[in-house]
Amino acid sequence: MAKFTVPVIAEYLETPKLQPDVMQGAGPFVAKPDMQKALGFPEQLVDDWQHVALDKMGELLKKYRSLQVYMDACVKCGACTDKCHYMLGTGDPKNMPVARQDLMRKVYRRYFTLAGKYFPKLVGAVDLTESVLDDWYNYYHQCSECRRCSVFCPYGIDTAEVTMAAREILASVGRGQKYANEIIGKVYTIGNNLGLPEPALRNTLEGLEEDIFDDTGVAVRLPLDEKGADILLVTPSADFFAEPHVDGLMGYAKVFHQMGASWTLSSHASEAANFGLFIGSYDNMRRLTLRIREAALELGVKRIIFGECGHAWRVAYSFLNTLAGPFDFLDPRYPIPQHICEYTYDALQAGLLTFDKSANDHRVVTFHDSCNVARASRMGNMAGGQFIIPRALIKASCNHFHDMAADTIHDQTFCCGGGGGLLTDDLLELRVKGALPRMQALKQVVEQHQVTHMAAICAICKSQFSKVLPYYGFEMDQIISVHQLVGDALVLTPSE
Amino acid sequence: MSIEINGQTIETDEEGYLTNLGDWNEDIAKVLAEQDELELTSNHWEVINFLREYYDEYQIAPAVRVLTKAIGKKLGPDKGNSKYLYDLFPYGPAKQACRFAGLPKPTGCV
Repeated sequence: MAKFTVPVIAEYLETPKLQPDVMQGAGPFVAKPDMQKALGFPEQLVDDWQHVALDKMGELLKKYRSLQVYMDACVKCGACTDKCHYMLGTGDPKNMPVARQDLMRKVYRRYFTLAGKYFPKLVGAVDLTESVLDDWYNYYHQCSECRRCSVFCPYGIDTAEVTMAAREILASVGRGQKYANEIIGKVYTIGNNLGLPEPALRNTLEGLEEDIFDDTGVAVRLPLDEKGADILLVTPSADFFAEPHVDGLMGYAKVFHQMGASWTLSSHASEAANFGLFIGSYDNMRRLTLRIREAALELGVKRIIFGECGHAWRVAYSFLNTLAGPFDFLDPRYPIPQHICEYTYDALQAGLLTFDKSANDHRVVTFHDSCNVARASRMGNMAGGQFIIPRALIKASCNHFHDMAADTIHDQTFCCGGGGGLLTDDLLELRVKGALPRMQALKQVVEQHQVTHMAAICAICKSQFSKVLPYYGFEMDQIISVHQLVGDALVLTPSE
Repeated sequence: MSIEINGQTIETDEEGYLTNLGDWNEDIAKVLAEQDELELTSNHWEVINFLREYYDEYQIAPAVRVLTKAIGKKLGPDKGNSKYLYDLFPYGPAKQACRFAGLPKPTGCV
């Protein structure tokens, strides 16, 4: 099946034997000129790229004081070296977070520190040559910005920010990544990552309404562009298109139905995902986020709720207000924004939902914490709510739940292997290898507790696992949406 | 990248999707399938033809569920499921079948 060697799952997760440069390569496909242009980047590698890159780096060091700290603070203690799933899956030492960061740090030292300017060899500083730029492009696309290494860093260095800065510099000299940049362009022209136009979206939603009716005999609606609705649901467009995402979408609709909520989707903001985060571009992140504000104003909603999408929730939870606020036109009695899991959890706590857990008795479930939710946001009003709430929803819907090993969940969760703009077929080898730590933990609960399904609340995680599970001997449909479990067990009452 | 067919050169992108969707014809579909070591049967053509009809109307490939439902209606409920489609198109009905049908690759978190 694979043109590369799939790692073998051992009894315990072992630090692999180092294989220098084993993941050396050209990196993912480079963005085409029109894709670059649409995002405000040069169409191809500019002639004086070295100057442009260093100017950009200087600008970012001033703009993000954190980046300056991360460049200076690392003491090479090594705590991060065996924490990265790509390092564990590939054995390439440049995938040790410290080494990947140092690709930028050694350039930083050369041009931005006194010692590096005069005694580069003494301090391991190097010129920004084309081969260094190539290494950046390759290895900064072998980081999913998942921030697991940062959990273990005694200085709190955020590797994701270093990766984002590197990618922003790369895009600014004309070396953007095709996957991310093409997708951002589609949101600008059509409204979502998929390029799903309004008529197709409407047709798809009508089909899903039919499906729910056929399954349950209850008329559950999936409204689109309905002015005057109370709630705007913003969800990843994969929820309209892919499996098992679509079952999660139907789950949200069932919860709204049962709550008697007035809600709508928007064709203008038909995308929760914000790939501007992945490429480190504040301008693009803002432009993407503004669509949500525009839709909320246009439709006159009172609340904004986000569907199951990991980094969408990070952008929404951490940056929505600064990027596109103020949201003083929304109802202040509810969180701005709110996560669909919070919404369902509140309804559950208030005793407004009835579950028939036996509907999920054919499933033994575990939960995969998605990195951006686990390590960069929160849910509810309690510490660790982002861990507690999705599990509470699963336990309310299922009789059989088992967590994976403690050092692979909560804030120590392993990335699915496809996050941060790496969910593209040209990086399949990296994705399969990077999934190893999660697959190892899954195998353990499959053997110990006969787990049949792993639930997730992120579109990328769901697509990534559908693709890579078979490489490790699992079935592609063993990944499932949390709101599918909710929707399957929720007792529906017919509309009046 | 490009493919050679009947003395003509047809341009594709680096992932093997047609650059100009208008270039498509049935022979091209066969050549694209051969690249993946697949021989197109009437079952494959049912799917490819549906994809092209849907694309004509909506300018996008159908969602996986729309596709399974349509195939189920046409060919019987035993074929209206994603397992059947994955058996036909092992690299995924959305991506691989779109490539053979001359449609753009679905992008995003899919």
